[in-house]
Amino acid sequence: MSPLMRDIALLALAVALVLLALTLFGERMRARRPQPDTAVEVFMTRVDSWWAMFILFTLAMLAGSWAIILLFAVASFAALREFYTYSARSKADHLSLALAFYIILPAQFLLVFFDLQRAFAVFIPVGVFLLLPFVSVLRGSTERFLSRVSETQWGLMIAVFCLSHIPALMWLQRPDQEPGRGMLLIAFLVLVVQTGDLAAFYTGRGRGWRRIVPGLSSKTWGSAASGLAAAAGLGLVLFWITPFGPLGAAAMAAVASLAGQVGHLVLRAIKRDRGLRDWSHLIPGQGGFLDQLDSVIFAAPAFFHLTRLWWQAG
Amino acid sequence: MTSVPAPEPARLPAWRRFAARVAGQAIVLFARAITAVHADWRGVGPSPRQRVYYANHVSNGDMPMIWSVLPQHLRLKTRPVAAADYWLKSPLRAFAGAEVFRAVLIDRRAGERTDDPMAAILEALDEGASLIIFPEGQRNQGPDPLLPFKSGLYNIASARPEVELVPTWIANLNSVMPKGEIIPLPLMCSVIFGEPVALREGEDRRDFLTRAAAALAALRPEPRP
Repeated sequence: MSPLMRDIALLALAVALVLLALTLFGERMRARRPQPDTAVEVFMTRVDSWWAMFILFTLAMLAGSWAIILLFAVASFAALREFYTYSARSKADHLSLALAFYIILPAQFLLVFFDLQRAFAVFIPVGVFLLLPFVSVLRGSTERFLSRVSETQWGLMIAVFCLSHIPALMWLQRPDQEPGRGMLLIAFLVLVVQTGDLAAFYTGRGRGWRRIVPGLSSKTWGSAASGLAAAAGLGLVLFWITPFGPLGAAAMAAVASLAGQVGHLVLRAIKRDRGLRDWSHLIPGQGGFLDQLDSVIFAAPAFFHLTRLWWQAG
Repeated sequence: MTSVPAPEPARLPAWRRFAARVAGQAIVLFARAITAVHADWRGVGPSPRQRVYYANHVSNGDMPMIWSVLPQHLRLKTRPVAAADYWLKSPLRAFAGAEVFRAVLIDRRAGERTDDPMAAILEALDEGASLIIFPEGQRNQGPDPLLPFKSGLYNIASARPEVELVPTWIANLNSVMPKGEIIPLPLMCSVIFGEPVALREGEDRRDFLTRAAAALAALRPEPRP
């Protein structure tokens, strides 16, 4: 067994054991209550969704880079659909939006697949940003034009450009490493960011902590700090799947969690603006793809570029 | 052209019934993949009672959309009421309308028709089918949420009071494929089922239709800013 396969198997085993523990914990809570309890049921639905994500992601890792790209391209499609369902648009944007879904999104993931780093870094922020509004202009309607084209571009930035940095992580590896190890970086990022979010969600709600954005989220400075600490702790434990040393892995995990928690609040503000609780119902117990991925979407570009800087400096 | 009753599925050759089933599943899959269509059973549950789902009509996709969100056991018993002039225009449409959706085809041209559309609708109800109807009678292209209802809904309510009339709002479909566009946009749609409306004692046609329309319009999600 190659070291890469061994590490994938070890990581999968560890995550499966954690999920199994959560499932057993939930079943015990369920058995103790005479009546079905909403909180327990929500928890169990979430655990089931985690199982599904874990199995899909592990299978994609085993199948290879094309499967990882496909998995995230599908997630990107679903996230972009959630964003555009609630974004400002008019009939005049029909063609621009169709291009976004059917041409720009697949093109971005193909650029990632072929590891054209220069191209995938500028395609949406520069090329699409300059050209797509022109497609909307051609239809002649200028009503709320700036809101429409800005929101269209925002959707592409969040749901396609930033999200595509998650699979792009798999090409990040030092020349002295075994090819394919970059895939483990994706697992690392997703695991530390989500753990940070969960820790932030379940802790630091007591009195004495000030809310970061009162009125928008119950997140306090205390819960944000415990999220960072949990992410850093898990980063330390998982350092063996990364190219970093133990302390480096902990620091990168903390930075990723910081970017992720920021992203969570930003997307929450957008949801609030549109009067939404969740982006959709597509992931049972979690809401939509954007609800599930918001923090990872923001963390991925930060993590990607910091990792590259790290190696260039080192 | 006169109204043509849908061919009895049982009398069709087996391969045509198979083709219709496959086409039906393909339509359901396509609708779900593109629009992630979501059923919101707000006022009633998806139970096997005999019902008339009456819905707003903005696009040709409306009927396949309701049809797609119904659970399979309800879908098999539910037939849309649709315009014969549209669904008999080409062999493909005739296949889709009559065999896939098993539509109750009615003639919209009040002056020239020979068959009574109400008779076809009541016959389908008496055979035990649930129905999907669009009481506005045509696609709504204007700014108002609903056009005035035609009398059909009232006639059904008074002739078959035991059948539940379920207001059914289809949200967002007009943005998926506005009139004149060829490429459907993948935006999320939902179908919202409200509380059934029944004819009250002594209620006249106009009052009932106004009340039924209000019950449907009340399901409409708030328009976006």
